[in-house]
Amino acid sequence: MASGSTLNRRPARRTSVKLVIAGGFGVGKTTFVSAISEIPPVNTDNWMTEASRTVDPLAVGDAKTTTTVAMDFGRITLAQDLVLYLFGTPGQARFWPMWDDLSRGASGAVVLVDTRRLAISFPAVNYFDADSDVPFVVAVNLFDGQQTHPLEEVRDALRLSGEVPLITCDARDRRSVAGALTAAVSHSLRHSGAGGRHGALAAR
Amino acid sequence: MSGNGQLRGRTAATNPWVRPYVLTSGRTRGAGELLVHALVSAPGYDPQFAATLLPEARALYERACTSTESVAELSAHCGIPLGVTRVLLSDLCSAGRLLVDAPTAAASPLDRNLLERVLDGLRQYA
Ligand SMILES: Nc1nc2c(ncn2[C@@H]2O[C@H](COP(=O)(O)OP(=O)(O)OP(=O)(O)O)[C@@H](O)[C@H]2O)c(=O)[nH]1
Ligand SMILES: [Mg+2]
Repeated sequence: MASGSTLNRRPARRTSVKLVIAGGFGVGKTTFVSAISEIPPVNTDNWMTEASRTVDPLAVGDAKTTTTVAMDFGRITLAQDLVLYLFGTPGQARFWPMWDDLSRGASGAVVLVDTRRLAISFPAVNYFDADSDVPFVVAVNLFDGQQTHPLEEVRDALRLSGEVPLITCDARDRRSVAGALTAAVSHSLRHSGAGGRHGALAAR
Repeated sequence: MSGNGQLRGRTAATNPWVRPYVLTSGRTRGAGELLVHALVSAPGYDPQFAATLLPEARALYERACTSTESVAELSAHCGIPLGVTRVLLSDLCSAGRLLVDAPTAAASPLDRNLLERVLDGLRQYA
């Protein structure tokens, strides 16, 4: 595959796996990651700086940039030799180059939606639906602890194909977050298959 | 790299974008291969080698020598932008000073065994 690498690699003693947590501004991505991460979500100003430089130099100094571009990641050690990383994506479409970077090599994605503001998660759904080969599930974050819209309505509004799992979760609750992650990985497993098309593409 | 064009009229001391280019000798290519979640470790710590490094490379090298962390964690903990971190880590790996564990581009993130192990691991949180 990718030849010409001069990186010094060795057989893995530890393996890391990555899941992407996407969704619009304020849908609960950071809350979701915090609920299960063994480290406080790392909030990365330096990534923001880089995104601003490569994508939108004019954004520097824009106060809004700070809240919307800051991105978090968390870590869960699943076994002595297996580490799971969760990467939240910055919400705005102009940072999509970062989404490509974050999604590369991902084993799956959870797109969070808030049914009170469904539209803010459209770009994230579009991205994983059309522009990415990473398998994804959509999770309704139950802000009020209860489901206000039937899932079928949400599915219609998001124009989700029947193939994409649609679930609910409480981003503040660790078990619920673990359930959403399990749903995502289970879905990815269905894309797995020996020599499967998606495996090759997702690793592109 | 045409990006230097935007630096006109500003000095290196005041322009926040200059330093990364200086640090990496203008190279930004070829480092993208290091995935953000790739784990980096060191075969051993060499203080004499560390003393030859610029502060940023040295910080990354020393951090990687004390714990196995992802590229993203090294970037965040050392306060070094991701792109710069990737270039510096690539250099250190090329020199045999650091090692990158899987994932590689060749290993599928949708590998069945891998996903099943993740599911097993998540069960303890259910
Ligand atoms: N009641 C309730 N509040 C929540 C829930 N999830 C998130 N919140 C709150 O909603 C707000 C936004 O949550 P965040 O986790 O910061 O959302 P985010 O997606 O990371 O936001 P950005 O990174 O700014 O796009 C915070 O004040 C959270 O405390 C939930 O399930 N229930
Ligand atoms: Mg956030």
